[in-house]
Amino acid sequence: MCHQTVSLVARHLEANGIPTMCLTSALDIIEAGRPPRATFVDYTLGHTAGKPSDELDQLGILRATLRGFEALTEPGGMHRLPNVWGEESWRAAASSTVGEDTRQPRDETPQFQFPADRLAALACAAL
Amino acid sequence: MTVNYMQAIAARYLRLGYTPYRWFVADSPPPWEPLVKPLNQLRLGLLSTAGTYALGQVAYHYKDDASIRQIDSTTANADLRFSHITENYLVAAKRDPNCIFPLRNLHQLVREGLIGALAEKVFSCMGGVYSQRKVRTETAPALLAAFRAQAVDAALLVAM
Repeated sequence: MCHQTVSLVARHLEANGIPTMCLTSALDIIEAGRPPRATFVDYTLGHTAGKPSDELDQLGILRATLRGFEALTEPGGMHRLPNVWGEESWRAAASSTVGEDTRQPRDETPQFQFPADRLAALACAAL
Repeated sequence: MTVNYMQAIAARYLRLGYTPYRWFVADSPPPWEPLVKPLNQLRLGLLSTAGTYALGQVAYHYKDDASIRQIDSTTANADLRFSHITENYLVAAKRDPNCIFPLRNLHQLVREGLIGALAEKVFSCMGGVYSQRKVRTETAPALLAAFRAQAVDAALLVAM
């Protein structure tokens, strides 16, 4: 869903004069959404900008992604990075057509990561 | 072999009793705006769809929250938070935000000279919005205005 949102936003920004680059990990959703420029890294969702606590991997992905601004010269161009996640069991889980609904209940109250975040938002008069 | 998310998600939720989701399939070629400057002179904007917020801001809600957050690009890693309808993808990001919200790393690339500058405010949204209408009429125009206010030359959009 995030990849769909990114495609829609990228197309809107680009159509209004702002060049965009989408950094993505769901190839089929991006191919359907056709953003102007995309970089694809074949990692499990949630790690598009690199492996956690692996600055070398993260910086490598970002450098390659940003160089795409100059390397991709055709609308809809995509750069596939060679990075490999390593352990591959996530692939079967992500492709599975069975299993529980992993989404959170859809209510309309702010869902703070920590209870203290609510107090911080109150203190900043944001809430 | 890459994961076919659209097919897998449609089949999974059909089994759970939901009507099949109609994914966005572009019916026109992408728009195109050429870069006005070389990469090492670009003032770059950032958007994350991971539901990122900074300590002191209001978290996202899970029912098609189409709002955006403007986050100071100097925000410390320790003050970055996440709220997203698919929290299961954010376990690592809550330990190391840079795997999905690369703020620290973009500052590093400015220091290296790969890009010219990072905008003072960077942006987030909660990308798990099912209504494409809301994304088109609320999120996208709000982000366009926000990026324009930051006078960015280009924008990096990181999908979760």
